[in-house]
Amino acid sequence: MDTTRSLFLPPQGSTVASDVDALFGFIFWISLFFFVGVTAITVYFCIKYKRKSETGQTTPYVESLALEITWIVIPTILLMVIFVWGFQDFVRLHIVPANSMEIKVTGQKWFWSFNYDEGATGVGELVVPVGQPVKLLMSSKDVIHSFFVPAFRIKMDVLPNRYTITWFEATMTGEFEIYCTEFCGKGHSEMWGTVKVLPKDEFAKWLEAGSGPGEGESMKEYGARMFVKNACNTCHSLDGSKNVGPTFQGLFGRREVMSDGTTITVDENYIRESILSPMAKQVVGYDPVMPTYQGILKDVDIDGLIAYIKSLEN
Amino acid sequence: MEHTIPEKHYLNEATGWKSWLMTLDHKRIGILYMIMVMFSFFLGGVFALLLRWELISPDKILMGPEMYNQAFSLHGIIMIFLFIIPSIPAILGNFVMPLMIGAKDVAFPRLNLASWYIYVIGFCFAVYALFTGGIDTGWTFYTPYSNETTTAVIPILTAAFVLGFSSIFTGLNFIVTIHKLRAPGMTWFQLPLFVWAIYATALIQVLATPVLGITLALLMLERVVGIGIFDPAMGGDPVLFQHFFWFYSHPAVYIMILPGMGIISELIATFSHRRIFGYKFIAFSSLGIAFTGFLVWGHHMFVSGQSDLAAVIFSFLTFFVGIPSGIKILNWMATMYKGSISLDTPMLWALSFLILFSIGGFTGIVLGTLSIDVHLHDTYFVVSHFHYVMVGGTVMAIFGGLHYWWPKIWGRMYNETLARIAVVLIFVGFNVTFFVQFIMGTQGMPRRYYTYLPQFQGMHGFSSIGALIMGVGFLLIGIYLIHAIFKGKPAGPNPWRALTMEWETPSPPRAGNFEGAQRLTHGPYDYDKVVPENALKQYKTL
Amino acid sequence: MNQTTAHPAHLQHHFTDAHQQAESAKLGLWIFLLTEVLLFGGLFCFYAIYRSWNPDMFHNAHAFLNVWMGATNTVVLIVSSLTMALAIRSMQLGRRKHTIVFLSGTVFLACVFMVIKYFEYSHKIHLGQLPGKWYFFEGIAGTNPHIFFSAYFLMTGLHGFHVLGGIAVITWLIIKTSRGSFSPEYYTPIEMTGLYWHLVDLIWIFLFPLFYLIG
Repeated sequence: MDTTRSLFLPPQGSTVASDVDALFGFIFWISLFFFVGVTAITVYFCIKYKRKSETGQTTPYVESLALEITWIVIPTILLMVIFVWGFQDFVRLHIVPANSMEIKVTGQKWFWSFNYDEGATGVGELVVPVGQPVKLLMSSKDVIHSFFVPAFRIKMDVLPNRYTITWFEATMTGEFEIYCTEFCGKGHSEMWGTVKVLPKDEFAKWLEAGSGPGEGESMKEYGARMFVKNACNTCHSLDGSKNVGPTFQGLFGRREVMSDGTTITVDENYIRESILSPMAKQVVGYDPVMPTYQGILKDVDIDGLIAYIKSLEN
Repeated sequence: MEHTIPEKHYLNEATGWKSWLMTLDHKRIGILYMIMVMFSFFLGGVFALLLRWELISPDKILMGPEMYNQAFSLHGIIMIFLFIIPSIPAILGNFVMPLMIGAKDVAFPRLNLASWYIYVIGFCFAVYALFTGGIDTGWTFYTPYSNETTTAVIPILTAAFVLGFSSIFTGLNFIVTIHKLRAPGMTWFQLPLFVWAIYATALIQVLATPVLGITLALLMLERVVGIGIFDPAMGGDPVLFQHFFWFYSHPAVYIMILPGMGIISELIATFSHRRIFGYKFIAFSSLGIAFTGFLVWGHHMFVSGQSDLAAVIFSFLTFFVGIPSGIKILNWMATMYKGSISLDTPMLWALSFLILFSIGGFTGIVLGTLSIDVHLHDTYFVVSHFHYVMVGGTVMAIFGGLHYWWPKIWGRMYNETLARIAVVLIFVGFNVTFFVQFIMGTQGMPRRYYTYLPQFQGMHGFSSIGALIMGVGFLLIGIYLIHAIFKGKPAGPNPWRALTMEWETPSPPRAGNFEGAQRLTHGPYDYDKVVPENALKQYKTL
Repeated sequence: MNQTTAHPAHLQHHFTDAHQQAESAKLGLWIFLLTEVLLFGGLFCFYAIYRSWNPDMFHNAHAFLNVWMGATNTVVLIVSSLTMALAIRSMQLGRRKHTIVFLSGTVFLACVFMVIKYFEYSHKIHLGQLPGKWYFFEGIAGTNPHIFFSAYFLMTGLHGFHVLGGIAVITWLIIKTSRGSFSPEYYTPIEMTGLYWHLVDLIWIFLFPLFYLIG
């Protein structure tokens, strides 16, 4: 039982996961039983009743209403059991416990950002405490996305015109993948994120600590971390290839032609402006799709990114 | 017994390309459809192979993410709108159904030809879209993405819209034909089950497709004119589009599977030489599926933000679609009991259907269950379930039907050895491709992903090998079937000793199907009363 | 009319008799009408959903439609349904001239309908009471009044296309009748077109209160 579970299903990271898995296991074994039955009987008939004469004459038979009713009623009962069971778990998946902490989730092309009541923000990484119900209040800035954490067995579409809600309570610490599961364009398959589940005390520390480089970390290294964490790498390459946005390789000091025909040299102010108000000046030949990071990135984060971009020479 | 091809038949009664393009003969129109639909199948298959090739590695092999998104969208759109929806009704329904009920043609032959031309126009729009920017919305066209993307959404929507009309007219034609043109004395319960299935399908085509038409028209107007009804920026609701879309597209999956079930009923009865068990249960379960199919569209939207109450009701109703499908499978098995089973190629396809469709059905129960669907929605589990039903179900049935009626259509038999090899290749290749996708899905691999985490690479690679095996299998089928048209041995009027009426005509049939009015001499499955001979009108009644 | 009843010119080869052919045509047309109802059904759904979300806006916006023009058009269409029925009746009695007169009357009334519709549309276009992003009228209270006009133009527009289609088909019938293609034995096309025309009329009878007479 446990080996089939681990073959089919990811680790059980939330309180609801074991319930969902139990029902999955129930349907799995019932299905396997009937499937083996159907296949075995079919094969047996094919061998036992192989055609023996040229004409293949068969005998008449009596229709059996009792048989028909049997194989209508038994599956119906089984299906109703499955329905009720699934319905109960679904209700549990949808009723948010009263003592939940609330985190605002925003989906946009092509990254997730998270806002805490305490003022902390995160991009691509959702940090939560273990053993604490977390309510996610979700919305989208552009098209429909869908927030999926396989280890928690939760998924909910994220819509542009209303809030949707889901919740979970993590049962173990560690890092778990977040996927976008509603097709949203070019970067859909890289709209990944991580749920980082921390022990409660570490989480409290994380919430209080400001951002900025860690101990012994240079601004450049910090910027490199921000580059990945904030999903800049989804659209900007480091190897000179053209992606959704211009490459960061050799960007600093480069002369770029803007969409309005003017030419500028990339400096600290231009990078800062492009992060905070990306529509102001755009390099010609690229679609205006860069989202603003106003309110998401702090000054120290931007400083780190600038230091990192400066280091990326040709 | 040596057979010969009759001197005059529908294929040679008139010659020249004009006699084909202006034909009103349902059999020739069936063949016109066969050419177009099978070409679409080939095209969709090429896209499928490209996708599987790209997915061997999470990095770029052939194409970037934008190309990949177009490739999977085109694979879906071509396979669904151009191949699988028209496939069985338009090819085999057109060719066989009037013969089965003893009619000389469908009720409205001109409308029938017009349906084909409308299909061709739709096909042209799809090809036009392919060359003018492609399409990257997936076959589901979800708003607001489909409203924003810069690809050729309008031509492809026009294509689907136009193809919808072709489907409506075919359905309308078949309903009237089955109601009004049955041979004198043929009651509803003497109809072959394939005809029942085609009838149930036609009802869905007529009732559901207009809603798709208006939905696609609204989406086009949204894009072109900006009417604001699906656009959240203007007070519209993008989820409303999903409701409209699935109101058609869920019944549409029964347009795809029901005729396949009809073919399987014919194959099981013929190759077991046994009266079909539970005739009325199989017939009414088709209507039951057609009816229930209209009430379950919301099960595509359990995590879309629709109300929880709606989700619960849709889940409840979904389980009732499972029951008629189960009835069919069990009745087919009961038909084989004490039969006289001959494992000719069409029967091998039918057995493949039985096994693969069962897996598709069981995984459908998993997905219909509310709590589990939250986890599995939009993962590879759904992809695999859908392919088990559509390829494991419908495509097995199409090829079973084509192999079964090929000698009737062309008067000649294909190479049985090659045909058996092909069944095995497809069966093995299919399972290699798709079974592993169930596991990827439950592990959390989302669908429509160009790239993926390294932990899935082994399974993706395995799946791609299966796709290659299937590709070889279908290529082989194409070769020996076309070869059979020209060089096959004459098959005789009734090579399978079947009792339905199409086998009472010579192979290939004459232009007007029957000489004079066709009379009913026995039921379609009277294998316990009649010994069918492989010759015209030589039945001994016991 | 020299043909025998067994093989009249209008009987196609695959039907056994004229009765079977007429029955088939009738059933086919009823199914076609069903698809029409479903086509409009989608739009009626759309109307119902947005009206239930914005009841006040719908109420405020409907006041800007001209009830008198709408009512006149309702009467015009009902009378045209009557002339259509009379045309069929005349052909049953073999009065070909009367049929032509009644069919022409139907076409005339349909044109009157379209002309009145033209005046309504051009007035709204002038004021900017337009669908979606084209809307620029100010003075309707409530959220997103452009959605009301999206519904209005979509539904009356699709209906208008059906009226135009009807005009084309009935004109074709007039030509066929004057050439003597129909007789009391065979007038299926006129009968079929009549059914279609009644449906077009019926849809308008639903559209009129839904848009012009919101309580």
